[in-house]
Amino acid sequence: MHSRFAPPLFALLTALALPVHADNYSVPKNHAFEEECASCHMAYPPQMLHADSWRAMMGNLSRHFGSDASLDEKRRTAITDFLVTQSGGRKTGDTRDARGTPLLRITETARFAKKHREIGAATWRRASIKSPANCTACHAQAAAGDYNERSIRIPK
Amino acid sequence: MRYILIIAATLFAASAQAEAPRDFLARFEKEAGAAASAERGARFFTTKQGGEWSCASCHTEKPMQAGRHAKTDKAITPLAPAANAERFTEAAKVDKWFRRNCNDTLNRLCSAQEKADVMAWLLALR
Ligand code: HEC
Ligand code: HEC
Ligand code: HEC
Repeated sequence: MHSRFAPPLFALLTALALPVHADNYSVPKNHAFEEECASCHMAYPPQMLHADSWRAMMGNLSRHFGSDASLDEKRRTAITDFLVTQSGGRKTGDTRDARGTPLLRITETARFAKKHREIGAATWRRASIKSPANCTACHAQAAAGDYNERSIRIPK
Repeated sequence: MRYILIIAATLFAASAQAEAPRDFLARFEKEAGAAASAERGARFFTTKQGGEWSCASCHTEKPMQAGRHAKTDKAITPLAPAANAERFTEAAKVDKWFRRNCNDTLNRLCSAQEKADVMAWLLALR
């Protein structure tokens, strides 16, 4: 009896308890991360990449997507620890390429492609959007971790 | 007497941390061993030096106004101290961004003379 009903009951309770958090990618508070990783772009959620991806990115900040984002060693280690601790879970999916190399871009992950499959190449290139990495162009509340459909508006 | 000492000590500690924009002009001029030129600074800031970007690509040609990151489109508050009291008040921050932004625009570090010239120009903007 117990074993037959407990799992569905548990699932139901979880579903009831979770909606607020289900698609919430709000960035856990961290002073160093906010100061150093949100100056050139919004703070990307640590939950969207796995630890190996963050470690690889944090190991090469002087060549960061064509920009020099280098940091002093103390800050670099502190932010790496933060990112690794908060990195993705099961929902994040795989964040490595076919050869097993960690991906550095959230926008290159399978999960991102799946969530955005309806958006065409021409849309990504619009002057008002510039790059898939510009989440806030379409997700007005992205900086607050809200990527919900209700707050999406694709600019012309 | 005791209070005066405490106040003096506090003021000293504060002044050792926070810096004023003019302090950076003085420091870079001293390192360069020559006076700065605001005119040279303006030219340096607004022209590309072989790379994809100039300083103005992100900070605009009139840094009294806000800029936008040339790649990510993120808003950047004005760089001129007269328009933004937070600018050039912390040595670690100033050094970090000169290092990064010079690397991105010139593929090398800026010389002390170049930094002094940029400072002189930014300080003259009203
Ligand atoms: C000096 C500017 C700068 C700083 C500082 C910076 N970045 Fe970036 N970052 C960039 C640029 C430029 C891109 C590429 C954006 C694009 O392609 O539109 C980028 C892209 C990214 C991406 C990939 C976005 C995608 O396509 O999915 C991640 C993740 C990222 N940065 C994380 C960080 C982290 C973590 C830090 C702090 C350690 C940081 N960034 C600091 C400039 C910067
Ligand atoms: C061109 C506009 C655009 C940009 C830029 C964009 N997205 Fe989206 N995103 C969308 C649209 C539209 C959807 C909804 C797709 C659907 O439901 O069919 C979506 C869905 C999502 C979802 C799923 C939300 C849910 O409720 O299931 C997540 C998470 C997400 N985006 C994250 C991001 C991140 C992170 C970035 C930046 C790295 C980003 N998006 C950039 C348009 C955009
Ligand atoms: C690709 C965009 C980009 C370019 C090009 C660029 N900067 Fe910046 N700069 C930034 C960003 C982003 C910040 C940090 C965000 C902020 O402080 O608002 C910054 C901050 C600074 C600061 C920090 C000042 C302070 O005390 O707050 C200085 C100094 C600076 N830039 C000088 C320059 C100079 C000189 C050049 C040209 C050699 C240049 N920048 C080119 C994007 C750029």
